[in-house]
Amino acid sequence: MRCAVLVFPGSNCDYDLYKAVNSVEGMKAEYVWYAGDSLKGFDAILLPGGFSYGDALRAGALAARAPILKALRQAADSGVRVLGICNGFQILTECGLLPGALHRNSGLRFICDTVSLQVANTATPFTSGYAERADIPVRFPIAHGEGNYTCDAETLHKLEDNGQIVFRYSGSNPNGSVDNIAGISNLAGNVLGMMPHPERAMTDWMGTSDGRILFESLRG
Amino acid sequence: MLKGIVTVSLKQDVLDPQGQAVQHSLQTLGFPEAQNVRIGKSIEVWLEESDSVKTEQRLKEMCDALLVNAVIEDYRFEIVEA
Repeated sequence: MRCAVLVFPGSNCDYDLYKAVNSVEGMKAEYVWYAGDSLKGFDAILLPGGFSYGDALRAGALAARAPILKALRQAADSGVRVLGICNGFQILTECGLLPGALHRNSGLRFICDTVSLQVANTATPFTSGYAERADIPVRFPIAHGEGNYTCDAETLHKLEDNGQIVFRYSGSNPNGSVDNIAGISNLAGNVLGMMPHPERAMTDWMGTSDGRILFESLRG
Repeated sequence: MLKGIVTVSLKQDVLDPQGQAVQHSLQTLGFPEAQNVRIGKSIEVWLEESDSVKTEQRLKEMCDALLVNAVIEDYRFEIVEA
């Protein structure tokens, strides 16, 4: 499985993501620079965390208008799997591939922690591997200042009805997000955005290896 | 040359924790009448243009294309001589 790891100026989890993907048997990561115009031949496209464009204007706003986004939209529309992590999630909401917006944490602080999550939908190409252990929360690191997911009541209703809420914070909510949302998908289910970092949860020495199942699910 | 001054604010129903923190500080400093604080931003755009009607249209397009996230933000702008 060929995976593109998009690299924007200011991405800083691109290498982590690259290493995580390459540590999964049958997956191969390749970097794609933001100024490119093609994502042909990739089976999955991954948007890493970081601070693209230094969070100028709004987190993810400028990356969401970068040249590679045209190819990303085409790929997403044709069903290619797209995963945005942290700043990648912010980019996906800013470019409209996912609904809603991510704004300042309710407590104003940048939070760096490991949190428990409920996998709210295991019937996605990203989370099918969690089906057998759906009742057991997974533990992923988080590191963000603007992870407070918000959307209007109608959108939230649709997200709930369509099973688009994929991850919820279980226990305490670190950032004030509506309905404890930590990750959502698009209606078709092939685009997932999430604030927690599965690529930082790949082996036991990282503190948790729960993220590996996500990449293995993606590989299929 | 004209200048557009775009004022971007969070929508009324979006929580503004920064504004709340500032309001709390104002109260502590002896301004109990400060009942609510909302923080936004001001964006100035200098345009190589003298037609204010055309500028208004272009500024709207800029706001929709990039400057404002309509999911959580509102905006207004004024156009002045630069």
